[in-house]
Order: sequence, then C-alpha cells, then structure tokens
Amino acid sequence: MTERRIRIDVPALTRVEGEGSLRLKVVDGQLVELGLSIFEPPRYFEKFLEGRDAHEVVDIVARICGICPIAYQVSALNALESLATEPLPHWVPNLRRLFYCGEWLQSHALHIHLLALPDFLGFDSAIAMAEKHPEAVRRGMQLQALGNELIRLLGGRSVHPVGARIGGFHRAPEPEQIGPLLDKLREAQPLARDLTAFCAGLKLPDDPQDFISIALTHPDRYAIENGQLITSTGLKLSAEQFEQHFHEHHKPDSTALWSDLNGEPYLTGPLARLNINYQQLPPVIQQSLTATGLQLPSNNMFHSLIARALEIELVIHEAIDILQAYQYPTDTGPQPKLSAGVCFGMSEAPRGLLWHRYEVGHGQLIKAARIVPPTSQNQARIEADLHRSLIAFGLNRDEEALRLRAEQVIRNYDPCISCATHFLKLDVIRS
Amino acid sequence: MSRPKVAVHKFSSCDGCQLAFLNLGESLLQLSEQVEILHFLEAGMSEADAQVDIAFVEGSLSTPDELERIKQVRINSRYLVSIGACATSGGLQALRNLDGRHDEWRDAIYARPEFIQTLQDVKPIASVVKVDLELWGCPVSSNQIVAAVRSLLFGVAPVDDRDRVCLECKRQQAVCVMVTEGKPCMGPVTRTGCGALCPRFGRDCYGCYGPSETAQTDTLAHRFAGLGLMPDAIARRFLLINSQAPAFLQTGRVFWHSGQEAEDD
Repeated sequence: MTERRIRIDVPALTRVEGEGSLRLKVVDGQLVELGLSIFEPPRYFEKFLEGRDAHEVVDIVARICGICPIAYQVSALNALESLATEPLPHWVPNLRRLFYCGEWLQSHALHIHLLALPDFLGFDSAIAMAEKHPEAVRRGMQLQALGNELIRLLGGRSVHPVGARIGGFHRAPEPEQIGPLLDKLREAQPLARDLTAFCAGLKLPDDPQDFISIALTHPDRYAIENGQLITSTGLKLSAEQFEQHFHEHHKPDSTALWSDLNGEPYLTGPLARLNINYQQLPPVIQQSLTATGLQLPSNNMFHSLIARALEIELVIHEAIDILQAYQYPTDTGPQPKLSAGVCFGMSEAPRGLLWHRYEVGHGQLIKAARIVPPTSQNQARIEADLHRSLIAFGLNRDEEALRLRAEQVIRNYDPCISCATHFLKLDVIRS
Repeated sequence: MSRPKVAVHKFSSCDGCQLAFLNLGESLLQLSEQVEILHFLEAGMSEADAQVDIAFVEGSLSTPDELERIKQVRINSRYLVSIGACATSGGLQALRNLDGRHDEWRDAIYARPEFIQTLQDVKPIASVVKVDLELWGCPVSSNQIVAAVRSLLFGVAPVDDRDRVCLECKRQQAVCVMVTEGKPCMGPVTRTGCGALCPRFGRDCYGCYGPSETAQTDTLAHRFAGLGLMPDAIARRFLLINSQAPAFLQTGRVFWHSGQEAEDD
C-alpha cells in the first residue's frame, strides 16, 4: 500500500478563508480523503449588529468585505426596506442597480485580470504579466477604474461607499456628472467585447461535472440587485423561504460555515447565474455569447471566466441604459420609519448569492441578524469539485502541478481566497 | 542602487485597505517600478518572511497566531506602517471589547467553539509592536498610501494630517449638516483625510477616520444631547468603527448602556 499525504496550507489570507489547508490522502492510487479546512479570524458581525440602530446597518455590513461592500449594503437594504412604512421613491430602484453594476464591473475586472489571467498565461502576478501583456493588463485596469467611478457617482468612494441609506440615497447624482460617465462607458463597450472574445479564446481545461446551480431571477431583467431565488432542481423561493431549504454547518477546523441545499452542495456565482438567466441577456450581448461558442447551461466550471466577461459587458450596457434615462429628482425623499418585525433580503454579489435576515425591535434597534455570504455557500461545491478535478487531472502528478491545479479550481469560484496567487503550500508526506 | 523592498500584510480585516493599492491602476505599475513588492497576497506576491524596507499592515490582531506573526513582521521590517481603522484602532470588530462577551458571541455562532482560536479582545497593531507611521481611515485612500511611500522613499517625515473633518468641510464649502439639518455629525472630532465626503453627500460624518487632534468629544456629546439624541444613541456615534481610539472610547463609555432609547412615536 502506498499512502501519499499532501497537506496544502494557506498561509495568510482574506475574508472567508484565512488559514486553511487541503488534505489529500491517496491510497493505492485512490483518493480516500479530501478535506478543505478554513481558518479566518471571526469578527462576529452578526453579534455586534445587535443593539445597533437599523439605519446604521448599511455602514456596518459594508465592512464585511472591502471588495463587495455594495452587495452587503443592498442585501441589507432589501431586507430592512421591506419594513418601511412607505415605498422607495421612483428613481431609487434603477440607481441601486446602477450602483451594483459598478461593483460587478470593478470586482469582475479585478478578478479576471489581476487574479485569474496570470494562471492561464503563466505568470505569478498581474504585475509580472504586465511586461508581456501590457494591453491586457491596461484593459483590466481601465474597466476596474470605470466600475469604481460608477460606485463613486452614488457612494462618494469605491470602498465602503457612503451614499446608500434606507429609503434611497443621501444624494442623487448631479445632471452634469452623467454625460462624461456615459462617454467613458461607451468607450469601454468594445474593450469589454474584446475581453469576452479574449477569455473565450484561452485554452481552458475541459472538465465537465454535474452540479446544482442557484441564482436570483427576475421577470424583466438579468437579476442583480434583487429577484426570486431559483435552483436548477426546480425550486422557486422568496428570501423568507431560504432557511427552509438551505442549511449551514460548522465543520471542525473551520471558521466559515458550510451551506447545503437540502443536503446537497450547490453552485452560486457568475456561471450559475448565466446558466439560469442567459436568455435575458440583451440582444447585443447575446451576439457576444454566440460568438464565444459557449453552450449553456455549461457544466465546466472553467467557463466561469467567460461568464464574468459577459457579465462585464452586461453591466456596462445596463449602466448606459440607466444613465440615459436618468432624470434628476427634485428631492431625495425622507428617511423612512421602520415597523418592528423580521425581514429578509438577498442580492447577487459578484461572487454569488448573499442572503440577510434581521429582526428589528421597537425603536428600530436590531435584535438579531443572520448573514449567509456566497463563499460559505460555495465551500461544499469547491470541495466536491476538487475531489473530481484532481482525480481527472491525475493524482500521480507532482505536488507543484497538483497545487497549481487545485488553486485554479478554487479560483473559479472567486472566493476571497483567490486573492492570493500562491495560496496553497504543499507539505507532502509519503509512507 | 537596488529598489526599496515593500511588503503588504493582512491581519483580521475586510481587505478594503489593500484595494488602495490595487485601485491605483497605472500608478500601481509605476509603483512596482519604484519599489520591489515582495509580499502582497492579493496581488500575487508571496514572501511573507522577506526582509523589507517598508511593511504595510492591514487588519487588527484578533488571534494568538496573529500576535506571533506581527512580531515577526516587525523584526523583518525597517519601517512598519499600519493602514486603516482595524490596524490603527482595532476596527469594527473591536466592538467585542466593550462588553466582554466574546465567548458568548462565539458560542452563539459556532456549533464547535473548541475549534475557534480567538483573543477575547481585539488589539490594534501599535499595542503589540512599535509602529512608525499610522494611516487612519476606513478605508485608507490611495492618496494616503502614495504620499506615505513617497515620503519614506525620499527620507522625509510623512505629513500627519490630524485636522478635523470640519475644517475640510469649510474648505470644500459644503453646507454644515449639523447646523442646517440638526444631524449628529462627527466631523468636529474626526480626523480629516476623506475630503469631507459624508457632509458633501448631505449626511453626518460617522467617524471612520478616527479622532482628530484635541478632539472635544465631551462637548460634542453634549451637543448631540441638545439635538435630542438619547444616551445610547450618543454612545453609538462614538463607539462604531474606531471604538477603541481613546478619545472616542472615553466619551462613548459614559453613555454606553446608560439608558433605553425612547420608543419611536
């Protein structure tokens, strides 16, 4: 019997995954054990939200993630505003979508160019890649900067923006801010189209596998900032029904809770969204999709890269539409009062579904909070994927090759762990 | 002459301050020509134990392991610069220090608390090792980072701007939200650096840059009471993102849990 134990340590990390390890145990060429363990210092957001005023929640939850603060703000607002005694002003929903488009644009552009492309083009980092592929890196930075500019329009700054509040925004964009931004968005359209073609032209591993996709869906548009949850298994759920089907578990040696859908791992994020909602892409982006040759629904996780590129095209298109129709509101509307009760909200963060629940007491104070982020939802799926992919890749390959493939597989999910290029260290013990 | 060596380290945080580098765009490429970035996991460099001239540290210390790690970073670095609210004051997660209920909170969230290794209290970097420069803000801006790097490269003392948001607000000719709308603005006691962002958006500053110099926090607390804030609401203004910064903590403590708020009518 040959036993090959490989320990992969994640040294210093990010929001959900801080220190983690991937344990592989191979006996007689068979993978008998695979365990992904996570340790990121817990910060206890759900607990210190208790006792805070409901109006403070948007500024607090933004700080859960510096890369997708708007997702946290909008999911919280979707929940809390359901307790408001008056409806949102008419101009607010479109601008919320615009705000969110900015976040998808900056986060996806950051992911593709700084985090994922170096894998496929054979570099350690985007900075190293910039010498050989300056145009690709510049394109990424231009798209990322444009996303940040959209966020600043509504939020003042791109990280932890200050503009959103219960009932709308603290300030509406000035009419003279719109024109220059529209020009930049139109200039970016061909860049985004090129990016999709570029990603589709990369030699991506062909690694089909079965998985459940889940995503928000909306009757009128490709769901981003709100919608109903549907699953490829045929469920259609409101935010209130989420907890009846999705459950979190605490695995040993892990500080991220793991989610399942009625006991099964599932996928959330760009590829799941595209699989479910691709028919709602605007016609011009349908053309781009057709040109890629991508068949949907796709069961190759490496197509997540192309899905992100298509979503970049989508949000630029959406932002142009919204800004063209924008009319400056005469006033930003009152700060609504909230009635006491339990409320639920969800939205599609760049990396997948983000679900919130709050119990609001009298005096608008938070009594309880629960937040289920996308990365903890994808955790079980990542583990299942690693299991499959590493066997398909060949367990007898050397450790460096295994480590690189494992990193690539994990990065498809764009968890915060993907921020590190060489986040997997191998410690191989053979006996 | 070899380029100065730089590292960016992450501790307990949201990663948002590291984006001050990643959002630099072209300037990031220029920066990487002026300095050699050896460790910056988000950008793909991984030499955690390298000797460097400048170490930027994001995040607070919240685990026993982080206490050890920061000591090693200090040994390996000529200058240590803490960036952001978590690193300089403990950040939002330091709210757990207020009531000493860490174990209770942990057990409420994790079914297997025996696997969670965390410190009772969250600590800012300077409480454990010597810090050469603190950049405040939640998040810090790219301008702060670039200015700090330039100063250190040229061997001049970085400018430590501890002015109040209020003064910046006047320079920007923003309308005072406290005077005109009665909003409980933290601008009079908060350090500038954001460009008076919140008042310019018509809202009250919430103190994300921490205390300014000679912050008259007690006076402001009285003013808030005059605006009609109940004691707990006053405490929450001071005890948010920089709750462990002494000036905010001292005044916030006076009002913390000191009475229930009136019901909304």
